Amino acid sequence: MGQKHRFNVRHYTGFSFMTIVCLLILYLPLLVVLVYSFNDSLSITRWGGFSLRWYTELFTGVESAKFKQAAFNSLTIALSAGVVATLFATAAAIGMVRGGHFRGKTLSFGLISIPIMVPEIVTAVATLIFFTSIGIKLGYASILLAHIVFCIPFAYLPIAARLQGIESSFEEAAQDLYASRWQAFRYVLMPMMAPGILSGFLLAFIISLDDFIITNFIKGAGVETLPTAIFGAVKQGIKPNIMALSTLMLLFSIVIVTLSYLIGRSDSSKATH
Amino acid sequence: MPDAAVSIRGVKKNFGSFVAIRELSFEIRDNEFFTLLGPSGCGKTTLLRLIAGFESTTDGEIFLYGEEIEKLPPDKRPINTVFQSYALFPHMTVAENIGFGLRMLGWNATDINNRVEQMITTVKLDEFSHRKPAQLSGGQQQRVALARAMAPQPRVLLLDEPLSALDLKLRQQMRAELKALQKETGITFIFVTHDQEEALTMSDRIAVMSAGELQQLGTATQIYEEPANRFVANFIGETNLIDATIHSVNGQQVVCELPGGFLLDARIDNSTAVNTGAQGAVSIRPERLSIVAPDTSQQPTNHQGDHSLLNATLIDTTYLGTDTIYSLKLTEDHNLSVRVQNNNALGSKAIGDTVTVCVEAAQFLAQ
Ligand SMILES: Nc1ncnc2c1ncn2[C@@H]1O[C@H](COP(=O)(O)OP(=O)(O)O)[C@@H](O)[C@H]1O
Ligand SMILES: [Mg+2]
Repeated sequence: MGQKHRFNVRHYTGFSFMTIVCLLILYLPLLVVLVYSFNDSLSITRWGGFSLRWYTELFTGVESAKFKQAAFNSLTIALSAGVVATLFATAAAIGMVRGGHFRGKTLSFGLISIPIMVPEIVTAVATLIFFTSIGIKLGYASILLAHIVFCIPFAYLPIAARLQGIESSFEEAAQDLYASRWQAFRYVLMPMMAPGILSGFLLAFIISLDDFIITNFIKGAGVETLPTAIFGAVKQGIKPNIMALSTLMLLFSIVIVTLSYLIGRSDSSKATH
Repeated sequence: MPDAAVSIRGVKKNFGSFVAIRELSFEIRDNEFFTLLGPSGCGKTTLLRLIAGFESTTDGEIFLYGEEIEKLPPDKRPINTVFQSYALFPHMTVAENIGFGLRMLGWNATDINNRVEQMITTVKLDEFSHRKPAQLSGGQQQRVALARAMAPQPRVLLLDEPLSALDLKLRQQMRAELKALQKETGITFIFVTHDQEEALTMSDRIAVMSAGELQQLGTATQIYEEPANRFVANFIGETNLIDATIHSVNGQQVVCELPGGFLLDARIDNSTAVNTGAQGAVSIRPERLSIVAPDTSQQPTNHQGDHSLLNATLIDTTYLGTDTIYSLKLTEDHNLSVRVQNNNALGSKAIGDTVTVCVEAAQFLAQ
């Protein structure tokens, strides 16, 4: 019924060619890192056979202590910043989505989401100036504090999106059935929001884990996270063990992002009925 | 006299500058199947939400068994709601949904289980107690919503168009079940619908609403047979509305003059006072009209002292199986629709024939 002749972008000449070029530009560098992390040679450009030596080196070599400490810092900061940012973001989402109309609502929404669009370098400089001017000692705590703050908008987005999809009649039904406001939140709204909250947390976690610019400005001397440690190591020339480390981080990120996607999808269909 | 279940006194509700409920005052009796009937947007849901406590009144008071409830939040009112969208908790099983209210009331686990089992049996969902709402059909979800709202034995149950999402067959079956449940439990039901047939078949009393105002309150027979105004006459069932002028008044009986000079006996609502010369309309139900053989009527237009016969021209017939609808032209601007059962030998009428119509009941409407 005319469906066969429907407009279809695939019918343009060169469509598949452009697709392949774009995919190559996006993924070839990552592929090179992945493949050469298993290279049995000190060269980062010539293939010398398959080996796991750089992974061994990473965990046992001279730099392993430094990387382990950086990994520990990264993970604990990402975990705590993720949790705290998610708490703030959940509260903010409930206020914004369920708070009805209040003065300055649009302004509040802007204030929550604009940090995502501010150039990170500006945030980094501003944060550094702020911390030094109020006398916060640069180190682990300053990194954690900065991460909590810039993770909030990222955690906010999936949580607010989820909450918007939940009709307020569910909380009303709970209150109608003798639940206090807190019980309605605890037993009805929170379980229904859980996929959004988890997505928000995972997004905040990965953003924190990945952050370089802000962290680099405010980390102070001697405290490293994985990105700053990698940057430091690369400054003295790229060694294949960096490729091994990068590959591990890539796989970890893929796992987290996939998880976040699956959670977001799994029961978005059940949010309403 | 015992207190009314719900007493609505001068209630008004505005949303900003929009007037959702202009002013309502009426009482809902204890143990009554009470229906709020009106077209979509007339404020039915808003009134339920005021009673349940999800909205607060702009003005006026609501009393529950003699007690003013303005200050009580929804969770402190012994009132439960069957929501239009059901609002079943998607992460809980059928049993958990039904037991939720009891859990919030602090019942112990054994009592909750017993009551939940009893409710599940009442609404015939025994095989489904461990399913999630998403795994149920619309009709089953509706029963869960009903069981969940009834489990805590509220004094008043609010039902917001609970049957509107079901298909016709199920809807008819549920009407009977709801009615039986109400009689069995003795809970006061406030049932909202825009479906006049639903209202007529189920209710003890019906409040007809339009544009945030009460149009008429009465039993099904009262609002059908004696509509208070044009809106009610039009909204409930089919009717012929014909301009009329009062010719003479005798208590509830009037004689009114129709276009074309016909005189017709009609009744008036006992709350309406009219004088000779008053303008209005008569409402005549199509099934309260019959076509009589021309030779039984004495021309000209009316019998002396029995103003019930009209002459009109047949312009169309519609065959409906059991009935036939005859469309008649009374005057240039006024048509009449007559519904006749296909059981008697009326004889075939041709389009353009003049027929004589007997009016069995007519209601004069001042507004
Ligand atoms: N929260 C609200 N804010 C603004 N207008 C509302 C709100 N709730 C209902 N209304 C309006 O009030 C009118 C009555 O609505 P409602 O009570 O839902 O009607 P019904 O249930 O009879 O269809 C509608 O015009 C609706 O748009
Ligand atoms: Mg409604």
